[in-house]
Amino acid sequence: MAVYSWPSREATAVIGKEYDRLDGLAKVTGAAKYTYDVNLKNQLVAVALGCPHAHCKITKLDVAAAEKTPGVVAVHIFEHAAVGSEVQWQGELLAVVAAESEAAARAGVDTIKLEFEELDVFTEDENLDAAEKAERTGKGGGKTELEREPGDDDDEDEFIEQEIARLFKASKYVVEGYYGIDAITHCCLEPHGSTVEWKDGKLVAYLSTQNVSGTDEGFARDLKLTSDDVEVKCDYIGGGFGSKFAPDYWAVAAAKISKETGRPVKFLLSRDQELKIAGNRPSGYMRVRLGADENGVLTIWDSHHWGTAGYKGGGVSQTVMPYVIRPKNYRRIATTIKSNTAQSRAWRAPNHPQACAMSQTAIDDVAAKMGANSYDVFAANLRAGNVDSQHPDAANTYLAEMARGAALIDWKANWHAHGKGKSRGSIVDGLGMALHTWGGTANNSDCRLKISPDGGVESFCGSQDLGTGTRTVIAQVLAETFGLGIRDVRVNVGSSKYPASGASGGSTTVGGVSESHRRAGQDALEKIFELAAKELGAAANSLEAVGGKVRVKGTDKAISWKKACTLLGLKPLEVTASYKRGDQSTLSSSGVCGVQMAHVEVDKETGVIKVKKFVAVQDQGLVINPKTCKSQIYGAMIMGIAAALYERRITDPKSGAFVNAELADYKLARLGDVGDLVVDLYEPESERSRGVIGNGEPPAISPKAAIANAVANALGVRVPVIPLTPKRVLDALAKA
Amino acid sequence: MTDLKNKAARKSGFNRRDFFRGSGAIAAATALQTQTAEAIQNQSPRVISGETSISLNVNGKDHQVKVAPNTTLLDALRYQLDLTGAKPVSSDGSSGASTVFVDGKPMTASTILALQAVGKKIETVESLGADAVQKAFVKHDAEQCGFCTPGFVMAVRSLLDKKPNASKEEIRGGLNGNICRCGTYANIVEAAISVAKGGN
Repeated sequence: MAVYSWPSREATAVIGKEYDRLDGLAKVTGAAKYTYDVNLKNQLVAVALGCPHAHCKITKLDVAAAEKTPGVVAVHIFEHAAVGSEVQWQGELLAVVAAESEAAARAGVDTIKLEFEELDVFTEDENLDAAEKAERTGKGGGKTELEREPGDDDDEDEFIEQEIARLFKASKYVVEGYYGIDAITHCCLEPHGSTVEWKDGKLVAYLSTQNVSGTDEGFARDLKLTSDDVEVKCDYIGGGFGSKFAPDYWAVAAAKISKETGRPVKFLLSRDQELKIAGNRPSGYMRVRLGADENGVLTIWDSHHWGTAGYKGGGVSQTVMPYVIRPKNYRRIATTIKSNTAQSRAWRAPNHPQACAMSQTAIDDVAAKMGANSYDVFAANLRAGNVDSQHPDAANTYLAEMARGAALIDWKANWHAHGKGKSRGSIVDGLGMALHTWGGTANNSDCRLKISPDGGVESFCGSQDLGTGTRTVIAQVLAETFGLGIRDVRVNVGSSKYPASGASGGSTTVGGVSESHRRAGQDALEKIFELAAKELGAAANSLEAVGGKVRVKGTDKAISWKKACTLLGLKPLEVTASYKRGDQSTLSSSGVCGVQMAHVEVDKETGVIKVKKFVAVQDQGLVINPKTCKSQIYGAMIMGIAAALYERRITDPKSGAFVNAELADYKLARLGDVGDLVVDLYEPESERSRGVIGNGEPPAISPKAAIANAVANALGVRVPVIPLTPKRVLDALAKA
Repeated sequence: MTDLKNKAARKSGFNRRDFFRGSGAIAAATALQTQTAEAIQNQSPRVISGETSISLNVNGKDHQVKVAPNTTLLDALRYQLDLTGAKPVSSDGSSGASTVFVDGKPMTASTILALQAVGKKIETVESLGADAVQKAFVKHDAEQCGFCTPGFVMAVRSLLDKKPNASKEEIRGGLNGNICRCGTYANIVEAAISVAKGGN
């Protein structure tokens, strides 16, 4: 069996080189067919009624008029909307109308008679006192870690209090603060949904999903089929960001209506439903007290944070606090809040962005209190070993990345102490930074590889390309392995009928598909070499595949790739490979760092913040395609700017209504809002040799803290809760 | 294809209730080109109810489509002509994802009724065909999930038609009607600059 490995940097022809994404042309011409675009012959279009109230009991749901509406073919009432049922958040789908057109379906929905009894509503997730009064809080766990241990005779609780008090007393600087970050939604531009049809008793579901290989089981379970009876297809998906792992009850409903009517059904959520029910990120708010020595090195951290992940409670996990910069002595406690909002879904690096935004802002305030350079305080903590990261050599890596970031943003020349910069009229500028960490372990991935006697190479893998460049990465891996160009290989992803590959979540895809395709490729090549060896009169292990040829290493003796493949005879060579998470491998690993630095301008009169320049330095092991890799990071930074400055779910405390669930009101960054972005891929040999590690998530973590710190540096005042809206900036200035 | 037979049974002519429910639309009858439309030509302008057969000029060809008064141009393009490049992201046009050219001007097809588009030249992203803007988008990786991309391609094409040598600042200031959730803005700016420099 082959020893699976990557060629050295010097020996690569395709890996590590910039390639245009293979599906770029399909996307820019409109040829790419997303779930929403799949029009099946004789299809029905479905539109749903969402619950108008955030907490109520259904007393009447009359769909008789909808059934009679011209063009309406079927009406389906969800089980959870039966009379007497309690609905816990606004937007929850109650009934769905399938009709000859979207407009007819909507007209049908408009006739549904709904009556409900309003129940008590709670959505004030920032207000801990109100949550306690409303009996909406729960324990979110906690941990206390102290270097000193209690004596045999000490009461443990008493010891903890005394020891924490002692550590604060011994601290040169003490900061007390309040920090927070509101809930945001995934807001996929292509809403959740499906276009489905039945063929010979089997379901074909075009599903907008991050989980092609896993969602067939979801359909099968709910429809009482086997997963062999279901094919999930997704060539293109218009955004997922962690919210599209399951078919969801609405796609199952589409399948049921399709079966009942004998017609294909297209059912995608409306824009407001997408924002209200199809994915949000938990909020987090924290009170903290922290102590530091004369260099700003943290000696003690004592925090309590709360927030909500929806009607079941939940919130930001306490396990990630304090984030990356972690002293040896700390206490962290979390409280969860039950809110009448839809339950959260995984959002790019679950827990990390909020933890980073709450804790690295507090650390920056230590620098502010000292009048010190934030860079020096972060560096001093790293040097002192106050670090909690998944990277095996974290402190050194962060320090190296900080130095690169500082050079790119000209930290030294642009730095001034907090609030001490020169102002131009009402405009002040500031610098801020933050650090992050993530795993990114390769996911399980199987693939099948077919080498044809005419030299054709084709791969099949039940993975998906979310716009991250998965297809292109697979093509590069295969092209490198066979010494071909990336257009010489044909890559197939996006069907549950292909060999199973993991869901695209947790930055696990690039590692998984690189593992499976490199393994299959090397196995196939070994067989081709055996055949070519006879032809070339050389040992199989002396051969290499480069430049479209199979060649005896170090000689000119070669046959073309095509000629080598004719040696297969009449039948194509088929190879399957399987990578299971945890398999020993040099092809992939996990654990990254990452540093981001922002330079902002704030107008003290209007409270408006502009990001002037934003730098990201990111390690991710071996980079297969620097072009798409950088795009991922740009995207994360832009999403981060939106979350730092603009986007938030706003609910009405009385009715629980999500009042800004349309794109005109749910403010995202626009093209003119993002300033100059700089991405630096940190890939010294020490990183490259670790193999492939996913980078979808890590760069989405730091932006909020980095920008908030830059604003605090500009103003000399902390704006405590993110997003930093103009009103919040002005309120913070007025309070100072 | 959408079948709206049942709707045809609805009473035609002015109906106050339908009008206020938003299913009526005022159309310039002179612009209607089919037999159905000709029948009401003498009473221009007037209110149309129920299904109407109209002709839309899309990408240089006339297409017969059947529309209700409240059928948007976007729905007609996507469901009847299977031109799915323009995307349904926001019904109020705030995302720019459904941008098409109407008589050369960029407009969101989700905010135009199909009836309003009669007699006008509609161009969708599918008509561009190897345009310099599209090539530049691919080269500069200005698309990720790609759902907003056709709208952005049209917006950039339109901006550069108006200002062929647009500066970086003009590009940053002129493309704020479109939303991308994946965050491709930095690469869109680079793509647009490369075309502006090339003078296309």
